[in-house]
Amino acid sequence: MASILPGAPQEGIGYSFSQAAPNAASEPRQHSFYPYSDNGGTSLGISGTDFTIMAADTRNVSGYSINTRYSPRLYLIGGEGPENKGARIVLSVVGFTADGSALKERLDNIVKMYKYHHGKPMSVSACAQRLSHLLYSKRFFPFYVSAILGGLDEEGKGALYSYDYVGSYEREQCRSAGAASSLIMPFLDNQVNFKNQYQPGSGTGHNLQAVVAEPLPRERVTQLVRDAFTSAVERHIEVGDGLQMMIITKDGVQEKYVELKKD
Amino acid sequence: MGGFDFSNHNRNVALHAKGMPLPKATSTGTTIVGCLFDGGVVIAADTRATSGPIVADKNCEKLHYIAPNIWCAGAGTAADTEFTTALMASNLELHSLSTGRKPRVVTCMTMLKQHLFRYQGHIGAYLVVAGCDPTGSHLFTVHAHGSTDKLPYVTMGSGSLAAMSVFETSWQGNMTRDEAVKLCSEAIMAGIFNDLGSGSNVDVCVITPEKATLLRNYITPNVREKKLRNYKFPKGTTAVLNEKVITKEDISKYVTVHELQDDEAMDVDS
Amino acid sequence: MGSPFSMNGGACVAMVGKDCVGIACDLRLGMQALTVSNNFPKIFGINDSVYLGLTGLATDVATVSDLFRFKVNMYRLREERNISPDTFANLVSTSLYERRFGPYFVSPVVAGINQTSGKPFICGFDSIGCIDFAKDFIVSGTASDQLFGMCEGLYEPDLGPDELFETLSQALLSAVDRDALSGWGAHVYIIEKDKVTKRLLKGRQD
Repeated sequence: MASILPGAPQEGIGYSFSQAAPNAASEPRQHSFYPYSDNGGTSLGISGTDFTIMAADTRNVSGYSINTRYSPRLYLIGGEGPENKGARIVLSVVGFTADGSALKERLDNIVKMYKYHHGKPMSVSACAQRLSHLLYSKRFFPFYVSAILGGLDEEGKGALYSYDYVGSYEREQCRSAGAASSLIMPFLDNQVNFKNQYQPGSGTGHNLQAVVAEPLPRERVTQLVRDAFTSAVERHIEVGDGLQMMIITKDGVQEKYVELKKD
Repeated sequence: MGGFDFSNHNRNVALHAKGMPLPKATSTGTTIVGCLFDGGVVIAADTRATSGPIVADKNCEKLHYIAPNIWCAGAGTAADTEFTTALMASNLELHSLSTGRKPRVVTCMTMLKQHLFRYQGHIGAYLVVAGCDPTGSHLFTVHAHGSTDKLPYVTMGSGSLAAMSVFETSWQGNMTRDEAVKLCSEAIMAGIFNDLGSGSNVDVCVITPEKATLLRNYITPNVREKKLRNYKFPKGTTAVLNEKVITKEDISKYVTVHELQDDEAMDVDS
Repeated sequence: MGSPFSMNGGACVAMVGKDCVGIACDLRLGMQALTVSNNFPKIFGINDSVYLGLTGLATDVATVSDLFRFKVNMYRLREERNISPDTFANLVSTSLYERRFGPYFVSPVVAGINQTSGKPFICGFDSIGCIDFAKDFIVSGTASDQLFGMCEGLYEPDLGPDELFETLSQALLSAVDRDALSGWGAHVYIIEKDKVTKRLLKGRQD
């Protein structure tokens, strides 16, 4: 996922601050318009047997400043009218907010038009593939976002799709994206998929039996999501203020909001 | 302090010329403030230390001792503020021993600026120096390049604008000790909540001609809430391939321990 | 070429428990993405109750570990006693700051038990010697972000030696699995007042 634009402010792996080039003063420089900015934010999705939980923090930053403490990053896709009544698909976008809302607007339009044309709501798998095409259609001037799409598949099972910013996508059990994804993702591996955990007393050394991952109950997943975020808030400066959660079940989408630390 | 060792410098410059970025040091993104009041001076700081966008230390100490009646708040490169203030503490102690007088705040400020100017800003220490001496109460700021300011209220660090906005709305002349402490901690709180580089708790230090009082974690507005789940693992969850126990019994075999009575212990001294 | 800190890869983490401390590291040594060795421990014994973890540029890891072996031996000859973890921390700090303008590319971690007070001690440093005194845990290396997330999620105070081992090991293993430059097995030291347990962990070999 290398930077597409030359001269993009990039510093190794995880920085979202631009830093002035150390040799900037010596040579004449041409001023250029840089079309992207990073507004931070972290999102997370976990799918279960009959539900999918999507969550994202609501802090919007630029540099060391907070733009707003409540900018929702989860969007309902499809459904009826501007309120998206009866929607069963949730999109989360983190990265550059302007691109995020433009992307959401386009996908929402497509899913709504699909229903007018075909008289039935779009399936999550179809919506997921369409989103991939949307992102790839701007391959050489991409949407600067990490997207996660959540819903229920045709069998009623939780479905979760994660994307890179040019549309490569994959269906997964759980995924975290955005600023603090590197903090949250290993925690999810360990607590949702039980990676590196073995059954005590089932053998010694190489003969130990690994703990098998089974779908977790909703209550437990909700707790894991909240603990993952309170941990990320402690160690990442761009994460905080509020946590928006959407739980998608066959009965609809239930939205929850909890406060996070504001420092 | 034996001065700096530059023996790795050429190697690192060569590496840097090949396109390697400079190492990222822990920086105290920081809000630090200071304010004079009737009969003394207050300085305050937040307690977050960052390394890029990651919080390296949630409760670090940014208020540094220099002399019994002089304290200093530091922003910028954490190691530089730590060692520059330690160096000043040491030199001022020797200075006051040789002159037989209490150290003065101007002396401290001058030594700091001369030291920092010599290093042309490469020592990234941004300081608020405050203290009381026989000539009165003083408050200074010292920048990494060696410039200084003398003002009745000052702010520094990435949260300086947030903190200054509090001073500019609420500061007034001839404040009492309690008013100054309240104003300084409110300025720090503005930094904590509005600047991402600052966070966690408020540390305050009040200096009067009689004594300096450090109020460590004066306000703690950011205590982590209890986690919802318990993350203890059952014993044996991790796969172990090899285990070796190193006991100190082998050593203690050759050592005999005698319990000493209190009065017996005293005899050794007399 | 990336930063010197991420040329060879590696991770180290220390945690405080009840009357015990733990320190753990991965075993990988790489050149960029190519793994050269899967047996490159990054924890060095300073004495029976003090351990030093070093991540960063491998050549500096070797140099700095030897430097401190020399300095600690000189301390023992002069003082006729073992160095305490807090004194050693200050030695590390001043030694690194001496090279403020030509640093070693290492991020050290110190873990130990003070034999006089019996108190557990951990601390971490940046490459120019700023000490991070933490009451809970210290992380360093290319997987430091992942370790921060794991430790912040799993850690709780006053864990016994066995519980501390599990928590510390799980934190390290899951963290390095999400870092391409760390992993390939791990060493874990659990330090108690009169006993040190060293364990080799099974970890992914990819």
